[in-house]
Amino acid sequence: MSIRDVFSKVFLKYIMQRLGQCVLVIFIGITITFFIPRLAPTNPVEIKINQMMNGPAKIYPEAIAAFREAMNDLYGLKGTIGEQYLSFWKRFFHGDLGPSIFAYPRPVSELIWRSMPWTIGLLLSTSLISWLIGNLLGGLAGYHSDKRWTKWVELAANCVRPIPYYIFAFILLVVFCFLIPIFPTTDAYARGLKEGWNLQFMLSVLYHTFLPALSLVLTGVGAWLLGMRALVSNIISEDYVQYAEVGGVNKKTILGQYIMRNALLPQITGLGMSLGSIFSGALITEFVFGIPGMGTLSYKAILNFDYSLIMGVSIFSIVGVSVSVLVVDLLYPIFDPRVRLN
Amino acid sequence: MRKAFAGLWKTSGYFRFGIVSLAFAIFMIIMSFFSPFKPMESFAVTPDLPPSFAHLFGTNSRGQDLFWQMTFALRNSLMFGVMTAVLSRIIAIWVGMYAGYKGGLFDKVAMAVNDSFVIMPVLPILLLLNFLLRDKMNWFYMALMMAVLGWAYDARLIRAQVLSLKERVFSDTAVFCGMPTRRIIFKEHMPYVMPIIFATTINNLLWSIGMEVTLSILGLTNINKASIGVVIFWANQHQAMISGIWWWLAAPVGVTVFVFTGLYLLSVALNEYIDPRTRLRMKGGAV
Repeated sequence: MSIRDVFSKVFLKYIMQRLGQCVLVIFIGITITFFIPRLAPTNPVEIKINQMMNGPAKIYPEAIAAFREAMNDLYGLKGTIGEQYLSFWKRFFHGDLGPSIFAYPRPVSELIWRSMPWTIGLLLSTSLISWLIGNLLGGLAGYHSDKRWTKWVELAANCVRPIPYYIFAFILLVVFCFLIPIFPTTDAYARGLKEGWNLQFMLSVLYHTFLPALSLVLTGVGAWLLGMRALVSNIISEDYVQYAEVGGVNKKTILGQYIMRNALLPQITGLGMSLGSIFSGALITEFVFGIPGMGTLSYKAILNFDYSLIMGVSIFSIVGVSVSVLVVDLLYPIFDPRVRLN
Repeated sequence: MRKAFAGLWKTSGYFRFGIVSLAFAIFMIIMSFFSPFKPMESFAVTPDLPPSFAHLFGTNSRGQDLFWQMTFALRNSLMFGVMTAVLSRIIAIWVGMYAGYKGGLFDKVAMAVNDSFVIMPVLPILLLLNFLLRDKMNWFYMALMMAVLGWAYDARLIRAQVLSLKERVFSDTAVFCGMPTRRIIFKEHMPYVMPIIFATTINNLLWSIGMEVTLSILGLTNINKASIGVVIFWANQHQAMISGIWWWLAAPVGVTVFVFTGLYLLSVALNEYIDPRTRLRMKGGAV
């Protein structure tokens, strides 16, 4: 058996393990979302019927019975719990999340696909930017931990770190939309513009999403910076780093090749996890700044008591998170030669 | 204890800030018992007054004094956070310590479940739950839910620590002396795990309050019971920003920032203190 065979066998095992983990997460997550509404004392169909009965219209009992029947069918609430569970999975594999109620009869999946680009655009860019800035600053701060400026950077990061992102969104909103009104308060682009890949539209989007993006970047940078600083300050006392320093290796090489490259590994895993959370959106930020992404969609679903839409968003984010974690896990060997070898 | 406090107070700015903000939080909680108004009593004062000496944080469009409302809000939110933190600590400590110590099948199963919970997106599940249980939700159920969803990562940290403790000589000695497993775990290993438990408790507390605020802003909790999120919810409902009543948002936001930052810095300071290298430096020794 050649080395190559061993390598591929081990790697295959690694892939299978990760894949199994991913499937398990999806299974547990979807099972939880299946059982929550069924074990809950409130029935979404009855709530919807009650809502309709509150209106001025007179509705006959037969009509309500038919409606209840139709809704039960729509929500997959027909039959025994076992049958429901099976048909739930069947629908899941067909990508059928049912029609939305408040935007009837448009399917939930269509609504999700339409909001997805906004959320991905906003969160993917801010996650990557804050990851890069945070790690770079954190690495420098950890390496030059005796310098004065690192104390200030650290202080700033520590003060920013515990503040939830939406609190930041509110602060920026108050400061830059009301006290110094230089940024727009709502909408993802100027009213009257048509969505499209042209310069005017893109610039408008950039201008409108600057504040929400800034609120996400600021909070993100703090967390990555502190993590990186802690990692670097541990690695710096390792023997091989000391040896390189005594040996007179270039400082830049030590920081870049010897320290940062090792410290980045856990940060890459962290990035994978944070990319996963993109799928549920930065709910409050989107809602506060009026960006039509997944967060706003969930909010609309809650307001309109759109049960299938809420279920759709939950299922979608569970799958999204597990798959993106899987992707990062599979890419991991590229960054870490040790994993590549065993 | 007193010496440690004095030492930390003298050397750590984080610690001083943390204690000041903790004192502020406790002050607010105590004040809530002397409030002249009921927590959500509306039109008790002139609406829309900016902050002044009579109304420290101003009043809102519902005719509520924001200072007194914030005393209740902070009390409820913090109580909820503590409740969640305690409940999830029970799960995390139990799973982490037993899985780490026992190993074998229990460890494998527990860690597979654990991994799933670590990456499980919590927010959509919470949205779904609160969406369906809105009317039946109370603080305890919500804390229980958050605890069930929020224990995983901390359990993993605890397990890692126990794994290394298990290899130490004193663990073997304890086993050979016939100490029962439960006693080894809680008497011998617990003291080493305490710092991790402490640090994760504060993080978990802040995380759960953050989740509560998120859910409340969306109107998914009991919006007639004061909490930090509920105050923001009503400010949004009345479009406080558009009518220029910025203090309605500034009050909850300011209090949150102050208390969150304070508690976090307190945990940072205490963590540094727990690290023996820092303590040595404080005593003026070489590192």
